[in-house]
Amino acid sequence: MAAFVAEIVAKYNYWIYVVLMMIGFYAMIGKRNLVKKLLGMNIFQTAIILFFVSTGVKKGGSIPIVDKYQALAGGIDAANFDNPLPHVLMLTAIVVGVSVTGVALSVLIRIHKEFGTLEEDEILEKLSK
Amino acid sequence: MSPTNLHLFVLVVPLLTALAVNLFGRSRRQLIAPLVLGSLSFSLLCAIVVMGRVLNHGTISYTVGNWRPPYGIELVVDPLSAMMMVLVSVVALLASFSALKSVEQELPGREAFFFTLYLILVAGLHGLIVTADAFNLYVLLEITSITTYGLVAMGRGRAVLSSFKYIIMGTIGACFYLLGVGYIYILTGTLNMADIARILPTLNAPVATTTAIAFVLVGLWIKMAFFPLHTWLPNAYSQAPTGAGTLVAPLMTKVTVYLMVRVILNVYTPALVFTHDWVTNGVMWAAAIAIVCGSALALGQKDLRRMLTYIIIAEVGYMVGGVFLANSNGLTGAILHIVNDSLMTLCLFLVVAAIIYRQGSVSLDSLQGIFRRMPITMAAFTLGAFAMIGVPPTCGFFSKWYLILGGIDGGHWEFVIALVVSSLINVILFFRIIELAYFGSLADGEHHEHGSTERHEAPWWMLKPLVITAVLLIVVGFSTGPLINNVISLIIPAGF
Repeated sequence: MAAFVAEIVAKYNYWIYVVLMMIGFYAMIGKRNLVKKLLGMNIFQTAIILFFVSTGVKKGGSIPIVDKYQALAGGIDAANFDNPLPHVLMLTAIVVGVSVTGVALSVLIRIHKEFGTLEEDEILEKLSK
Repeated sequence: MSPTNLHLFVLVVPLLTALAVNLFGRSRRQLIAPLVLGSLSFSLLCAIVVMGRVLNHGTISYTVGNWRPPYGIELVVDPLSAMMMVLVSVVALLASFSALKSVEQELPGREAFFFTLYLILVAGLHGLIVTADAFNLYVLLEITSITTYGLVAMGRGRAVLSSFKYIIMGTIGACFYLLGVGYIYILTGTLNMADIARILPTLNAPVATTTAIAFVLVGLWIKMAFFPLHTWLPNAYSQAPTGAGTLVAPLMTKVTVYLMVRVILNVYTPALVFTHDWVTNGVMWAAAIAIVCGSALALGQKDLRRMLTYIIIAEVGYMVGGVFLANSNGLTGAILHIVNDSLMTLCLFLVVAAIIYRQGSVSLDSLQGIFRRMPITMAAFTLGAFAMIGVPPTCGFFSKWYLILGGIDGGHWEFVIALVVSSLINVILFFRIIELAYFGSLADGEHHEHGSTERHEAPWWMLKPLVITAVLLIVVGFSTGPLINNVISLIIPAGF
């Protein structure tokens, strides 16, 4: 048991992202309301973004802003700085996520105009008539 | 315009023209056709020149913004990607002729929006083909997907609901891919494909590597509608506007299969992917089931376009199976089938577009006696059907031949049997339609609203690309030999 707890604590960022991802996944698959599905999709994406961001952190690392004169004089040790690349990648991923959400929301507006509801059951009922 | 970055123009020209179409096309509709056709023709011309150069002088590598490869984004054009660029340009150009006509009819007043998305989608597909950066690939995958969501949602009635389902499934796929890339980045510290391929085998971290591969492959399988993950495809593709279907159906799944080939060959190296026999066997069985179920579900459809979407699912099974055979014949067949299947699907979807333009429906009932009304269209349909079945000398025969040879080489009999069964089902599927269309009588008591027997052929704008595609099916069939020797054999890794 102690070993199991130690395992969870040592890699807690992974556990958080897995739990968040499963919550999002459940909402996407299990919920019948289309807006809830969309929110689940957002949670799913956010989980992955958090996962990426957490991988850039180093123990004892500082923000990756380098003093130019110090770097020219003696070079720098990369181990002292957090890795900024995952953060930059996630900026792009956030932009992608926002665009997908935007498209999905506008599609939802059209669904509402077409069927008058956003409940999947009711839409399917209307379609089967 | 320097000739060294000609391949960049292949994707930049449609992208910039998309903006021009959106700006000027709204007020002046007559500008849309010349802009779209001009940019796509220019793109095709560049792609052909680039392919010639790659075949003569070897692979081109281009660094965007002059950042050196492991850090900056690299674009690589090797023989396979050059071939794919030509293929995408050809399909996009031919489909655009037909789309210009059908969009005018189906979405009056919204042509500018439609073709903005259309051109961005084409640019995104070209980007997917040339990129050599794992994260860049994710962004481009989402560009193509988002434009497709928009195009599908432009359809009538149920299309918006199908588009929403596609958004959810597509996002799950893209997120899985991104997660796999994250694992790779943690393992190797790089995103450049060649760099990953260099570092990954030296790491000796089998579990993490396998997890990363699994995430990336599942993500791509969702995007390409591999059998158990295919549920979004039939509705989305059959309810999209006809013009969108003609572009999306031949290209999206096939380009994703190309990405899978690229990821397996150039990022992970086959040695790391095909490590566990039970995984390979499992995928082979899934491919076999995909082929049989896709074909069987196609049998149950009452609408030609819906039937074709199920055939697409079966064809994805062909290609995934061919790659996972992990031998030279199987891989040759799979890559050849990417080219052939794009052209065959394009041919059949152009037929669908032409029929819908004339009579508004492609339900099997409405196809009765259509040979008399649209003889040229239906002649092309027959040729496309023969290619799908795999009748020599159409191109479909050759790729199927290689796939079957590969299946025998690898001892995967379930795959061979699935291929043969699916060919037989295709025979039933298509001959049923050809019979209806040729012999279907209109005087059997049932009054039909399209009952006239006078000739009413599709407009020239839709017939020309259709005839060219039908001819291409045979031309590509006859040039299978050169295609394999000059392009495909070059990228098959040693030891296969």
